[in-house]
Amino acid sequence: MTVMEQRGAYRPTPPPAWQPRTDPVPLLPDERPYRVLGTEAAAEADPALLRRLYAELVRGRRYNVQATALTKQGRLAVYPSSTGQEACEVAAALALQERDWLFPSYRDTLAAVARGVDPVQALTLLRGDWHTGYDPYEHRVAPLSTPLATQLPHAVGLAHAAHLKGDDVVALALVGDGGTSEGDFHEALNFAAVWQAPVVFLVQNNGFAISVPLAKQTAAPSLAHKAVGYGMPGRLVDGNDAVAVHQVLAEALAHARTGGGPTLIEAVTYRIDAHTNADDATRYRGDSEVEAWREHDPIALLEGELTARGIVDEDGIRAVREEAEAMAADLRERMNQDPVLDPMDLFAHVYAEPTPQLREQRDQLRAELDAEAQADADTGAAAGPEGAGR
Amino acid sequence: MTTVAVKPATMAQALTRALRDAMTADPAVHVMGEDVGTLGGVFRVTDGLAAEFGDDRCTDTPLAEAGILGTAVGMAMYGLRPVVEMQFDAFAYPAFEQLVSHVARMHNRTRGAMPLPVTVRVPYGGGIGGVEHHSDSSEAYYMATPGLHVVTPATVADAYGLLRASIASDDPVVFLEPKRLYWSKDSWNPEEPQAVEPIGRAVVRRPGRTATLITYGPSVPVCLEAAEAARAEGWDLEVVDLRSLVPFDDETVAASVRRTGRAVVVHESGGFGGPGGEIAARVTERCFHHLEAPVLRVAGFDVPYPPPMLERHHLPGVDRILDAVGRLQWEAES
Ligand SMILES: Cc1ncc(C[n+]2csc(CCOP(=O)(O)OP(=O)(O)O)c2C)c(N)n1
Repeated sequence: MTVMEQRGAYRPTPPPAWQPRTDPVPLLPDERPYRVLGTEAAAEADPALLRRLYAELVRGRRYNVQATALTKQGRLAVYPSSTGQEACEVAAALALQERDWLFPSYRDTLAAVARGVDPVQALTLLRGDWHTGYDPYEHRVAPLSTPLATQLPHAVGLAHAAHLKGDDVVALALVGDGGTSEGDFHEALNFAAVWQAPVVFLVQNNGFAISVPLAKQTAAPSLAHKAVGYGMPGRLVDGNDAVAVHQVLAEALAHARTGGGPTLIEAVTYRIDAHTNADDATRYRGDSEVEAWREHDPIALLEGELTARGIVDEDGIRAVREEAEAMAADLRERMNQDPVLDPMDLFAHVYAEPTPQLREQRDQLRAELDAEAQADADTGAAAGPEGAGR
Repeated sequence: MTTVAVKPATMAQALTRALRDAMTADPAVHVMGEDVGTLGGVFRVTDGLAAEFGDDRCTDTPLAEAGILGTAVGMAMYGLRPVVEMQFDAFAYPAFEQLVSHVARMHNRTRGAMPLPVTVRVPYGGGIGGVEHHSDSSEAYYMATPGLHVVTPATVADAYGLLRASIASDDPVVFLEPKRLYWSKDSWNPEEPQAVEPIGRAVVRRPGRTATLITYGPSVPVCLEAAEAARAEGWDLEVVDLRSLVPFDDETVAASVRRTGRAVVVHESGGFGGPGGEIAARVTERCFHHLEAPVLRVAGFDVPYPPPMLERHHLPGVDRILDAVGRLQWEAES
């Protein structure tokens, strides 16, 4: 018999200092992703919440479609679409209290917008006229983070600071399945559990990290199982079931708020679009897989529930769609205006006060721009918006 | 420098005092790192802080440098003023991504809406017989990262004054502590109110007329020693202690070189791609018509930091500095 085979029977006296620590069993995730829609539990869901989720999902899908169109028109440099993942994006924003914080990744523009960030300001990073286009303190949304998983320790630190100050504030951090392989994911979860910080981690397992499928990313039983190693509960949820995601998030947030510490949630979903508009997904996945997931669409799932229960009718659905169209038209119009650029901004915010070296470089650029403007004026050409260099 | 010596204090003690005073003055100041609590840090710089301010203000973190700095970022976002200790120069590297991608950029990224007043204390440099990974001069990496201030004291009084200024700064500061000066003593009176030194100003440590030694941190005492020895050769050397690599005090440096007409940059960091190249270029750009000779560099070799039994060959010493001074084309004078 190998040692593995005799586990359980093989019980030598433990070493002197050994004590049992956390009981792992209550931390284990469910065996299958938690579902509400299409189950009896759905009848208990609050109709007002369902309507709200539905309206945001439809808006969210329209936003994704519009932003992707803007890349084709050259109005956005790039857009990582969250089409297919709207239930996670929307539930993340709606489950939070006003005073809480959201820590999004580059794919989570939608969550930021659903939380109240201006739709155009949320796209500044991807349009490229600046990095973060909104004041993070206005809606308590940290900057969209591009280096994978690096936003997770920030969320832990902020939650820890709020906890130390005695504030009733919880942080929710979003990350992709690929991001869970990064060292910062590990360090953030470990710090969060050791400090019992009021933070919740939501992994959107959309199947791919660009082209790399989950099977090449991890050998864990599920991403939610990783929680157990840190001593926090793991939850597995159907990421296309907006009601289930919202419920699991709300529970985890309440748990954190009342001193229960962090939770890791894995939402199983699917990235319907390519990684970004610049990616060609046909190189690494087949249409049939995408079609299967289209059948499990988050909007259709919720709409089915709403109509079956008579919570919305045809008119209600039309009103939601019209409202989403209006949002898209407004976004299109505002994004079609050229952003106002001031090259002097390059030097304005590197430090609280520019260093002498930066002041020199700023003066140099200003002189170059003045000379350019002068040359343009001399040749009778009108100076462009950037040429004035004021 | 004060002349009334009550009892000499070490640089490490001055740093401890600076942390303590900063924590007393501002409840937002939090010290965090590996072994900084109960032990007081491997160099004892945080000695007594956990006992005095509690574990929440001086925290033994899990052993993970990216996690330490990353959580400090979040704490700063929420209005705290974290002071992070990296245990050694080479063990700060796991935190590099957080430093470069977030700490250095957050203020700029958010147009100033989200300043990050984080101080990262890094014991650096050699000369203490440290085995591999305990003696790096990592300042060039930090200097090359816009958004960071890079500060390094060479005296006991500056250790106090510059650390207080760094913690008070709304910009992130990499505060490089010269390991081999931790136990250097000075007539510094810890009972007296201490001056907070502004960041970004170099000082003339020793006035002289014939050439300028431009240096910082652990090489300052070496340069002062070299300047004394140079008297025998008839050279009267000025020693400029930069104190801050970013921002760089072009004014003080250029004024000195214009007076003396000759300059040597001295540091432990390797010469190729090291701070000396930048400094030499800046001096040449500003003082070309005053220069009697090219600006020379005395730096560590471009080798991975040597094992302890060989490090004395690597570190810039008095002889190597005097050799360089001797190559400053004095023959043109006579
Ligand atoms: C540290 C780091 N390494 C590599 C990249 C490049 N990159 C951007 S997105 C991505 C895939 C991430 O996949 P996942 O975490 O699953 O999130 P998803 O894009 O699917 O939302 C990669 C490799 C990055 N942004 N950051």
